[in-house]
Amino acid sequence: MELYNNHKGLFLAAAGLFILLTCFVAIGPALTSQNNNAPLPNSKALTALENEGKAVYVAEGCIACHTQQVRNVDMDKVWGERPSVAADYARNTRMDTWRSTALLMGSERTGPDLTNIGKRQPVSDWHLLHLFNPRTVVKESVMPSYEWLFEVKDYPFVEDVTVNVPDEFKKGISGKIVATHKALALVAYLKSLKQTKLPDGKPVPIFLYGQSKTDLNTGTKGTGSAAKPEFDGAALYAANCQSCHQSNGEGLVGAFPPLKGSKVVLDDNPEVQVTIIMEGYNGRVSEGYGVMPAVGTNNNLKPEEVTAIVNHERENWGNNSKKATLAQVKKIIESLKRPAAPVIAKK
Amino acid sequence: MNLNRYKTGWLTISLLVLNYGATVYGADSAITPTPVFSVGACILIALVIFLLLLLLLWLIRLAKSLRQDTAETDYSSTHWLQNEVNNLDAEELDLLINRRKKIKGNNGSRHKSPGKGAVLTIFFLVFSVLAAHAQDADNGGDVMKSPGMFIMLALVLIPLVVTVYLIGLRLSNITRRTRYSKIKKDTLALTGAVDEQSVSVDDLINRKQALNFKLTDDELAGTLLPDDKRALLRNITEVESPRFFASKRKAANKHQIDPEIVRLIMWYLGTATFWLVIGTSIGEYLGIKFVSPDTDHISWLSFGRLRPVHTNMVFWGWSSLAMIGLGYYVVSTVSNTVVYSVKRAYQSLILINAAIITGSLCLMAGINNAGGEYREYTWPVMGVFALGIVLTLINYIQTIAQRKTKEIYISNWYIVSALMFLTVIAIVGYIPWWQNGLGETIVQGYYMHQAVGMWFMLFNLGLVYYFLPQQLNTPIYSYSLGILAFWSQILFYTLIGTHHFIFSSIPWWLQTVAIVGSMGMLIPVFSGTTNFLMTFRGSYHKIGRSYTLPFYIVGILFYFTGSTQGTAEAFRSTNLVWHFTDFTVAHSHLTMYGIIAFLLWGCVYTLIPRLTGREPKQGLVGAHFWMALIGVLLYTIPLMVGGTLKGIAWQAGKPFIDGVVLMAPYWLWRAIGGSLMWASHIIFAWNLYSMATGGVEADIKKKIFEQLNPSVQPETEITNGTL
Repeated sequence: MELYNNHKGLFLAAAGLFILLTCFVAIGPALTSQNNNAPLPNSKALTALENEGKAVYVAEGCIACHTQQVRNVDMDKVWGERPSVAADYARNTRMDTWRSTALLMGSERTGPDLTNIGKRQPVSDWHLLHLFNPRTVVKESVMPSYEWLFEVKDYPFVEDVTVNVPDEFKKGISGKIVATHKALALVAYLKSLKQTKLPDGKPVPIFLYGQSKTDLNTGTKGTGSAAKPEFDGAALYAANCQSCHQSNGEGLVGAFPPLKGSKVVLDDNPEVQVTIIMEGYNGRVSEGYGVMPAVGTNNNLKPEEVTAIVNHERENWGNNSKKATLAQVKKIIESLKRPAAPVIAKK
Repeated sequence: MNLNRYKTGWLTISLLVLNYGATVYGADSAITPTPVFSVGACILIALVIFLLLLLLLWLIRLAKSLRQDTAETDYSSTHWLQNEVNNLDAEELDLLINRRKKIKGNNGSRHKSPGKGAVLTIFFLVFSVLAAHAQDADNGGDVMKSPGMFIMLALVLIPLVVTVYLIGLRLSNITRRTRYSKIKKDTLALTGAVDEQSVSVDDLINRKQALNFKLTDDELAGTLLPDDKRALLRNITEVESPRFFASKRKAANKHQIDPEIVRLIMWYLGTATFWLVIGTSIGEYLGIKFVSPDTDHISWLSFGRLRPVHTNMVFWGWSSLAMIGLGYYVVSTVSNTVVYSVKRAYQSLILINAAIITGSLCLMAGINNAGGEYREYTWPVMGVFALGIVLTLINYIQTIAQRKTKEIYISNWYIVSALMFLTVIAIVGYIPWWQNGLGETIVQGYYMHQAVGMWFMLFNLGLVYYFLPQQLNTPIYSYSLGILAFWSQILFYTLIGTHHFIFSSIPWWLQTVAIVGSMGMLIPVFSGTTNFLMTFRGSYHKIGRSYTLPFYIVGILFYFTGSTQGTAEAFRSTNLVWHFTDFTVAHSHLTMYGIIAFLLWGCVYTLIPRLTGREPKQGLVGAHFWMALIGVLLYTIPLMVGGTLKGIAWQAGKPFIDGVVLMAPYWLWRAIGGSLMWASHIIFAWNLYSMATGGVEADIKKKIFEQLNPSVQPETEITNGTL
């Protein structure tokens, strides 16, 4: 054929086809997407500090292992209350001329998804300790240590944020470990990552590929284990509590209190225990322990799941107190909900 | 329930591949207490029965041989005698003949006794063989300590086994003694027969000569050297000893090619190999970090920063530079012309290398383009790289424009298109003014996949369309299939970028287009594979005799499997399991390494000996090939198995950290496979070095010939000169 003997014709034809398809599949949709996107009304822009934190997040290559997208599939329910929508990314734009928009969605989930990490784990102390060396709080973690975001000072200033690192991870450090500005910015950014509620009237996208139809219809939010008749206390504990209180229930000295032998857990009446899980706790700050977030409320735990966790804590690590019943836990959670009612009404 | 079925299926596979990892996971997921006791008892009983059966077989054998040995023999029959003589080997025959000669020398005076020594020697020779077969029955393993039934079972079974064993021992003693006396009797009868000349010595000598017969190796070939009027023979090798490594065909003669071009190509390949070694060293280190995350706490060496250094270095450094270098040979050769501008080629080389150096340093310092894979270099760095590509593109097109052939060979469509498309991809992906926000995710999907498929794959296909037929010494099977593959690749591949963001919040229709495009990719992949394999048709025997063809065949095999795997991954249902897991890492290595790197190595080993006239050590090429192949399989298969198990665990709603724990053994295997791959690259670098630093000898020879040319009697002069 003549075309294959004429280099100008052949190469122009190939390039033409490629550019045409490029416009159709990349440039066109990209322009449409970015021009027809607005942030959700309830969402907040990042503060200056949080923006600095985002820059650290980008520079350290966190995107290589952490996604920030809740896909509309059932298995992603653990990462957020609803699937992510385009509007969630509307505030994420170019940081400067030199770099493109941070590709927060990510493409690899070697570490957990961070869409909702600010809600799941709002404790700064935990984040700092975790950044200094992830294995202080999660033994099995393979995440790198970000030791260079911290400095060692013999006499820290009053305003310095010190981190109580367990001795076995200090190796040769004698002074106090102080978080640098970068570390604080990064933690501020991580804590800012929360899913925004969709405004009223906007249909909430559903999660696809649910395990059973009934599960989808009732719209229950769970950890995907809803199909199982029994709730696995150990797994729920691992998913919700273990990163602070540790798998051996001993917590971390100076950061997270032990559950092993804890008065609250050993109390035959589960009221305090359930209340702490649902509403958080700040009663032991004076002893150097951090503030506990409202894990149960933040993670949308069902009474059945709370019961499983409570009982897991009650019969492990040498603890041996009376098991709580589902009815008891339900009653406590109901009683907690009443004062919170006005908050729901406000939206 | 459904899930468990999947799990068991995968467990079986992983058990086959990686016992350790699967059992860790299996043990983890086991909920019901296993009935250890009854299983243990069953195993014990089965073991004992097996042992008893073995003993029984032994007893039967003993009894049989006992019966044979006690049977009467008719020593007078010639049939027996003939049989015995035929059973002797040369050494034993020698003993008999010597004995006979001695007896003759002694005039038969000491008739009876002197043969004793020889008789005994033969006897021991025969008997020693028997003794070597003496058996040692295993007494069985010690029984596991366990209450009740175990003790009872053991108390019953041990004496039973021991009794049978003792009976066997007894019987075997008897057999041995009977066998001894039988052989002694036989041997004495034989010597007697020889002494009494029932068997003639000539018969024995003839028999011995027959046993010692050997071919001279000259029966068929003769001893004359072949007459080679057309200089068809060179590098004739004679095989003197058994070979551990089969030697392969030598490369063809050095081509007459401008040394300037040779130097240019060697520079490209040299720098490419440098980046390969550095880039995969970094990759190896990253693999180790999965196993031991606290190896270092240095910011410049942290995982998040080094990962893009590794990927970009092997992409833009190794693969791209190697491709362009080989391209300079192919583009000009199939156009039957010379490279348009060598100067531009060097400029391009410098630009690309500069981009990789600055890019890597920037990434390690934490200056990156915000997370898009393979798009981590910032645009000023990538601009330098793109400039190098554009220079190469212009150079190639001008070379083709001055071609001396009418048609443009298919290699050049692929190669030039690849360069044009990469330019477009880089512009679309990097121009900062038009993109902002969510649209960049769509661009990222487009960019990362086009860079792989439209640059590396297309360029490599172009190279293979030249080097494969050339190595097989046969034309490409079908030009039409090549045309089909070319246009369908452009049509479908361009569409598939978004399949990296399935179920994300970019438009659903675009995701569907990407999935359809991924399906469509089967057309170019199937037609390309068919074309290559049909070109191989009738030449498969050449693979075993060549050290380059194995690289091509592996590359083509991975081209088929890796690309089809990409299609399989793109479906929504499979994406559920595999997306975000280590499966994708395995896939990208299967393709970028299995296809691209293997094909490039094939091309390098084909081309360089022709340019420099010097070949690498074949054993080292073999080592490179096998280590790389086994390495990449050890790397990818565990990651695929582990990635699948991880996806299933996520779907089952297991805590995230369970997936990390589950991956540990697979990450270890990945590091092991990676080490093999890395070591093979060191060998490759050495091979390239040994190919590059050759040619000196030949060049010196040529120079001396030229210097000597004016002299009158060249022959004598040269002899003197070389002496």
